[in-house]
Formats: sequence, C-alpha cells, structure tokens
Amino acid sequence: MGIEGTVEVGKDIRQIPGTPVFITPLDKLFNWARSGSLWPLTFGLACCAIEMMATGASHFDLDRFGIIFRASPRQADAIIIAGTVTKKMAPMVRRVYDQMPEPKYVIAMGSCACSGGIFRTYSVVQGADEFLPVDVYIPGCPPRPEALIYGLVQLQEKIKKESGRWGFWR
Amino acid sequence: MGLLEIAMDLLAELREKFPRVVLEVLEKDALTIVCRREGSLELISYLKEKGFKHLIDLCGVDYQGYKSEKKPERFEVVYHLYNLDEKKLIRVKVPIPENDAWQYSVTGLWKTANWFERECYDMFGIVFKGHPDLRRLLMPEDWEGHPLRKDYPLFLTEENEWKGYKEFLASVRGAK
Amino acid sequence: MSLYVEVIKNGNGKGEPEHFTINMGPHHPSTHGVLRLVLELDGETIVKCDPRIGYLHRGVEKLAEHLNYNQTIVLSDRLDYIASAANNIAFCLAFEKLLGITPPRRARLIRTIVNEMARISSHLLWLATHALDIGAMTVFLYCFRDREWLLSIFEKVCGARLTHSYVRVGGVRLDFTQEVIDELRRFTEEFPQRILDYETLIDVNRIWLKRTRDVAVVDAETAINLGLTGPVLRGSGVPYDVRKFRPYDAYDEVEFEVPVGERGDTYDRYKVRMKELRQSNWIIKQCLDKLKEVEGEPVLAEEAPDLLLPSRVREPEPKPHPKKGFIFTGKELPVVPPGEAFASIESPKGELAVYVVSDGGPNPWRLRIRTPSFVHISAIPELAKGHMIADLVAIIGTLDVVLGDCDR
Repeated sequence: MGIEGTVEVGKDIRQIPGTPVFITPLDKLFNWARSGSLWPLTFGLACCAIEMMATGASHFDLDRFGIIFRASPRQADAIIIAGTVTKKMAPMVRRVYDQMPEPKYVIAMGSCACSGGIFRTYSVVQGADEFLPVDVYIPGCPPRPEALIYGLVQLQEKIKKESGRWGFWR
Repeated sequence: MGLLEIAMDLLAELREKFPRVVLEVLEKDALTIVCRREGSLELISYLKEKGFKHLIDLCGVDYQGYKSEKKPERFEVVYHLYNLDEKKLIRVKVPIPENDAWQYSVTGLWKTANWFERECYDMFGIVFKGHPDLRRLLMPEDWEGHPLRKDYPLFLTEENEWKGYKEFLASVRGAK
Repeated sequence: MSLYVEVIKNGNGKGEPEHFTINMGPHHPSTHGVLRLVLELDGETIVKCDPRIGYLHRGVEKLAEHLNYNQTIVLSDRLDYIASAANNIAFCLAFEKLLGITPPRRARLIRTIVNEMARISSHLLWLATHALDIGAMTVFLYCFRDREWLLSIFEKVCGARLTHSYVRVGGVRLDFTQEVIDELRRFTEEFPQRILDYETLIDVNRIWLKRTRDVAVVDAETAINLGLTGPVLRGSGVPYDVRKFRPYDAYDEVEFEVPVGERGDTYDRYKVRMKELRQSNWIIKQCLDKLKEVEGEPVLAEEAPDLLLPSRVREPEPKPHPKKGFIFTGKELPVVPPGEAFASIESPKGELAVYVVSDGGPNPWRLRIRTPSFVHISAIPELAKGHMIADLVAIIGTLDVVLGDCDR
C-alpha cells in the first residue's frame, strides 16, 4: 500500500492509522536500540576509574540511561578507557578491544587516555588513539561525573546518526 | 638533643665494632652513616639486632653530574631503618662504583627487601648478590636500559623506542 | 578417552598431580587496578603466587627530576588517587624540611583536617570495594553516598573532587570559609550514625564472618619483617602509627586512640579500619574547635616559595615578555639548599615516605617515594599460601592496594 495512507508521527517514522504498526528505516531502529542500551566494559586503569565508579553509583546514576557495566568483553558494546595507558598495558587493551563483538565504540576518558596527559615519559602511550579508533574524547583530570555523562550522551547522539558503519546490511 | 645522644652512643659502638667500614657519620634530619660496601651487610645486621627492625625504604640514587658536593662514586644505595621501641630513625648510605655496580642483598634479614632490590636493579642496574630472584619489576622483561639513570632520556623518540611497542604498533596499523 | 585419563593420572611423572598455572590478568572485574597475578594451583588451593606489576608505571620519579618543586605536588595527587591530600602532605613535609620552613598554626590545623577527611574517604572506598568483591553490594552504594558528601566538601574547599593539589609548601593554598566549617560540623555530627549503618549490615553477618575470619593471619614479627604498615600492621597487634611516633602537623595537639587488633586476620583489620573512621571523625571535631582560636591568621608561611627558582637579584624593571606579560615580580626568590630530607606520614593505606635529594637547583635531584601499596603487594605471596582463589580476592581487598600507588 506504500506510504500514502500512513501518518508521519516522528521524523521518518510513519504509522498506519488505527493500528500499532510503524514503518521506519531499519537504520533508525537499530540505532535507537544501540544507543538506548549501551553496555560498556569496566576498564578502569587509574584515577578516572574512581570517577567512573562514582558516576555509576547512586548519586549520579548511569542506570537511568540504560548503561550497565559488564565485566566480560564478549558481552559489552563500548569500552571506556579511563586512565593512563602504558606501553606495557597497551597490548592488553588492544586484545580486549579485539574480543568485543561489533558494533563496538570506544570512549577515551580523561587527559591521559586522550593524549597522554601530564605524563610525557618513557613508558606512557601518548593517547589511546595510537592503537584504537576512538569515538568520543572526554578531557579532564579527572573529568567530573557530569562531564562523563555528557560524553556518553554525545556518543548516543553519534550512534543515532550512523548508517552502514558496520557493514552493508547492518 | 635526641640526635646528639644517639650520635654519641651509636657512633662509639659502631666505630669500635666496624673500624674500617664506617666512613663518616653525619647529622642531618636523621642520623646518617656512610659506610663502605665490604662490611655493610654486617653493619646492617648489627643494627637490626640492636632493635632497628623496621626497614622503611631501600633505594638507589644516581649522582652523575651532581654539582654541589664531590661524591666518591656514581651510585649510592640508601637504607632507612627505624627502631620501633626507642623511636629512632637511622639512614645508611653505601656508595657503589659505576663500573662495578653490585651490592650485598639484605633479603636474608627482611623479606620486604626483595622487591625493593628488584626495583633498584630495574631502575639503576645495580645487581644485588644473594638475591633469590633478580629480574625486572616495573618495566617489561625485555626492556633495555635502566630508566632512572641520569643518561636515560625522559621521553623516547621513535629510534630508541622499546621494540615490543614498535612491533605492537606495526601489527595494529598493519591489520587496519 | 582413556588416553586423556592416563595423562591426568601421570601428572608430573612422580605420581602427583601437576600444578595448574593460571593467570589472573591485568584486566579483571575488581576495582583495584591493573594487577597481574600468576597463580600455581593445586586444585583450588594456591601453592605459589607471583604478582607482576608495572602496568601503570608512569615514570613519576623520573618526571619529578624535570619539574619544579611546586609542580611535583600536582604529580603527587595521582599516586594514591583516592586520598590525594595525604600524598600532598608527605611531599610538602619533605620539601619544608629541606627549606627549613614551618607552616603557621592555622595551616597545620587545616592540614590535619584535610588529612583526616582523606582518611575517611579512603576507608569508605576501601569498605565499598572490599564488600563488593566479597559480595555485599548494598555497602558499596551506601559508602559512595557518604563519599559524595565528602567530595562535595572538598570541592567547596579547593575546587577539585579527586586530585586536590591543595596542600602547598609552607601551608595550604586557600583558607576555609565559614560555609565549609559549618558543613564539616554537620558532617561530623551525622557521620557516626552512618558508621553504625554499615556495621549493622555486615558486622555479625554469617557470610562476612565466614569469609573474613582466619583468612590471611599474620603475626606481629612476620608483619614487621614483611614491611607491612598502617591498619594491616595494627590488625596484628603492633601499635605503630606515624601520627603518634613521629608527630607532624597538629597531631601532637589532638587526642585520639590508635585501634589495634588481636588475631591478625581479615576481620580484625576490618574492625581496625572501622574504629579508625570514628577516631578520624573525632580528630576533625577537635581541630574545628581549635580553628576558632586562630581566627584570621595566615595560612601560608611568609617564606613560602612561589616558584622556587635559584636566587638571583632581578633587575628593578623586568622587561615584559612580548606574548605573556610580566612573569617575575622583581623580588629575590629563596634558594633550595643542597642536601637531603626524609619525611613520612600515616596515609590511609600505610606509611608513605618521601626521600628527596637536592643539589641547589630548581628541580629535585632525586625524589624517592616509598608507597605502602608496593610493599603490601609484595607480601601477597606470603599471605596467600594455602588459601583458595576466593580468599585471594578477600586478601587483596584487606591489604587495601591501589595500583597507582604501587607502580608510580
């Protein structure tokens, strides 16, 4: 019947009137599901991990965004690299990232993960983007919980605009 | 007041027991004894028997390029000992020459010295004779060089980068 | 099928089963950081344990040789990042010994208050993560609620929640405002009730008792030999507390008790830390009362250095930098005399000691930081022999290790 008899209820979302049937592009549906329940991996390395824990605890709650921290990379969607990445630890981070199934996103939290921070020394990797594709950078030393929440919301916005990033059919 | 009394008692005892070992006794913020490497193990065991049972710290210092005083050797191993009953702090400094960098290990006296000496070896290259398991602690096992020496750079450029990290980056960027 | 049974029965050739080596990797769902343990197991019991550290080694000691004395205080925050104020105090004590400065009385009282606030916040996080590892999740949420209160007070004091850099050489950066003092008083009044809340949850809980009684028992002699300090040593019966043995700041003016345990097991260490929470609360109350006597005094010593550069007489009219404006004010700056200094404090985790060697220049020649977590992790092989893997999690929790402190 095409789209002539349908009613537009939101941007690109049409409803057949009188029925609970919606017609929408698959991309929008998948993006809505992916951004609404983003399950990050606990990867706290240093001081930013404490702020991440504080964000997940009761005062600044992350559960209201659908974000539940998972311990295993096989069950996680995103990885929040919170803290300094050293050269000894970098292969482990990469290995954990490779174990995550697609679609996967990377957030670099804190100055050390963005660019090495105040530690310009012989053993610190100057930024997680030397070996990982980072989606959102959250600067701060450590970033406040509100800043982390803002970064996560920005990631959700980025996911909602995706189309065909994970292969043609997804 | 307290330091002077300690200096009188301990100084007399140590001078008489270890005449050739003790080089000088100073009084800075704590009683400091500079002693030769050869008898340092006996001196420290004697101090432990006298009651200095708490080894607070064991570290190395690199004096290459030190301007304000003429130091006899390049390295120094510094021990900080504390007496819990009489509440006294003592510091023992042992100069170590550059081309013969080794020192006796005190792991027989304190189990905590195990990791302190491993870290000193890792950072300065001073070998501890008698240590049960001397290998690198903080840096990766195949790291070259000893980071806290004065001639080691603070930031590694691409040529003198650790080869483990170079291989890792090559594998990551190749796969991309 | 029978081939596999043969292999298992033969084991290491002597008829005994072979020990199974397992890696408890740097990434594991415990919040203590990046610690790697290589365990040799006989079934579920641990035979040998080899901790591998260095996954967070940032080169702080080397970096400090290239920074000013005041800039190293920023580095010190990131060592034991849970109680940053304590680290700042250790560094400042060592530098003040080197320079020969004494901070004014108001500054010393404020430093004591901040030290005790850091102790309370560190013990709250310890309780939260220890209980979470053992299985009690409610305690985690309760402790974080109170920790948020403390962090908001810290924010009112110095602007930062976690990495303060508040304590400076010669005193503290800014004075307490009346709002901060009132908020702290409210905190000290309500906090004892909160401690009772946590204790009702786990103190006599059967599961907690089974998991912590007689786990990792250490007697006093072994504890001193292993170099353990802080609540871990006091749980074994040794009343060694740096605040009483070598008092610094205002600790000789306040009264407090040092709680000591009897049996040296995990439960005693837990009780010691809970009693320390109450003592810290009392110390803060006493210091707040004493602050009224020194109303209006400065919080930074007169000779407190701003930049600590070697002294040279400046020209009366310094030329303005084309892009930055005036940097030096034209007065003679103090010199750091060559020499060495050693200072140690009672940080919430144990004894934190700083040994600094100076050669008269603007940067420290050698800055050695002796951290309690380094020593406690080196004691894990000794403590974990004969226990099971589940007990290992409790042992790491009771030793209260932070990897930023250990690896520096």
